[in-house]
Amino acid sequence: MNFRLLKDKILSKLMLVFTLASVSLLLVIGIGLYYKSVPIIQRLGWTELITTSVWKPLKGLFGFFPFIMGTLWVTAIAIIIALPLCLLTALYIVEYAPARIKRILTPFVNLLSGIPPVIFGVWGVLFIIPLIQANIAPHFVEFSTGYSVLAGGIVLAVMIFPLIVSIISEVLRTIPQELKDASLALGATKWETIKKVILRKALPGIVAATVLAISRAFGETIAVLMVCGNNAVVPHSVFDTGYPLPALIANNYGEMLSIPSYDSALMFAALLLFIIILLFNIISRVILARLERRLAA
Amino acid sequence: MRKRKFEELFFRVLMILATIIVSGSFFLIVGTIFFKGLPYMNWDMITKTPGGGFYIGKEGGILNAIIGSFYVAGGATVLGLIISIPVAIFINLYMDGKRFLSNTIRMAFDVLFGIPSIVYGAFGFLIMVYFGIRASLLGGIIAVTLLVIPILVRTLDEVIRTVPFELRDATLSLGATRWETAKVVLRQIRPGIFTAILLYFGRAIGDVASVLFTAGFSDNIPTSLHEPAATLPLAIFFQLGSPVEEVQGRGYASALILTIIVLIITVLADILIKKFSKHKI
Repeated sequence: MNFRLLKDKILSKLMLVFTLASVSLLLVIGIGLYYKSVPIIQRLGWTELITTSVWKPLKGLFGFFPFIMGTLWVTAIAIIIALPLCLLTALYIVEYAPARIKRILTPFVNLLSGIPPVIFGVWGVLFIIPLIQANIAPHFVEFSTGYSVLAGGIVLAVMIFPLIVSIISEVLRTIPQELKDASLALGATKWETIKKVILRKALPGIVAATVLAISRAFGETIAVLMVCGNNAVVPHSVFDTGYPLPALIANNYGEMLSIPSYDSALMFAALLLFIIILLFNIISRVILARLERRLAA
Repeated sequence: MRKRKFEELFFRVLMILATIIVSGSFFLIVGTIFFKGLPYMNWDMITKTPGGGFYIGKEGGILNAIIGSFYVAGGATVLGLIISIPVAIFINLYMDGKRFLSNTIRMAFDVLFGIPSIVYGAFGFLIMVYFGIRASLLGGIIAVTLLVIPILVRTLDEVIRTVPFELRDATLSLGATRWETAKVVLRQIRPGIFTAILLYFGRAIGDVASVLFTAGFSDNIPTSLHEPAATLPLAIFFQLGSPVEEVQGRGYASALILTIIVLIITVLADILIKKFSKHKI
């Protein structure tokens, strides 16, 4: 008897250690990255690092502004493309689609979310780049190789489709049937019900899904790296090349130990990503948790 | 009246179009990869390691990368499970009455799940530098393990929560300790664990940003944990960057191989989920 209790005690302590260790990963990552980027922060300071745009590692100049702008452009394009499409898709799947079509559609969203990032990158190079170069860009600018923030945005948009669709669908399912029935009974059409009842009720969830999608898009590395052109210049149009932060880290890991302060600068880039994504994630998770609680009540 | 009907119709068409685009993008991607990759596929690709001059278009295959990827993903999944099963059990069975705390922990894992793999890669690199490990199979496994722990914990957590409370109560009321109850619950969720393994193995095999710094690259199949290991996504990335057309083509073929592996895993997991959810109590 005592042995059984002892075993339970020991195992419980062991599991507690495992749990604390893996949760503290969040802190450890932040501290580790900060510790490594201290040298560059001390030398140049936060504001100069973030707001200047000269990137000359050999001369010790590290301005992250072009990379931050590259990330923002790509992310914004991705969200602008993905959000309306995914919202409409989720509405169709939840509110309109007959059960049979629902059964056919859901696996594809799952399959899409299973495709590795590098495959999206290859697809971008093979399909999106030529499309932009030959069919889209000539209508707007004189010349484009296709490698642009637009290409990055499109590839990213497709990558975040499954995430947004699944979260918004979840949120839509939490809306009480009574509310919809009441609206329909008053003579509203289905679309009017969606517009005036469902969307209004689902707004926090849609915001949370968007914030989560933004943070996913922020950190996506390899697919974006393959199609963005990677030029350390601030983009001014969607056909300009861009150089997002994650791509910067991935592209330069090779030489990072051979140039002074370079490793510190790259770790600072990782720290920036970490902080931004951490904030965004916490915001959206808090909103979603609140929704869940409302549903449970 | 007619305006309202028209609006209804208009948005319905818009929704169907959006749905076609979103679900059709899957076919577009897989179709493109098949179309471009198939002409360069041959047996050598999956049965040979790169020969001399492979990267200027001479013969060889990417067996090194396929095996390397399976090693990294396999190692990371096993290591991840060893850590995340106890964590999932702890949150659910040992934290009764501490709702706020367990929910905070859940949220921490959700947030960890959102941290991009490049950050895990950079952090894994820091760990390796700290402990003096060179880019190797071990380094890759460590980084990918960190990456899969949060998702594994949350998936197992969701699976455990589907086990009816009555079952736990019954076990506990018979005088079982919490650990003995945990064993009963674990037996209940075994199918769920298998599906989780499959899903995250698929994810681990396709991730590249985390192994970029940590696993290195090698033309040989690694024979120990301390040797660098090639991985499939990285092999694709390198080959695509080559100016030689033949090598680029092989990159497409490698992409096809990775796509097929991942699709098989995803479909298998899907079938398992369906099969097991049929017999659930």
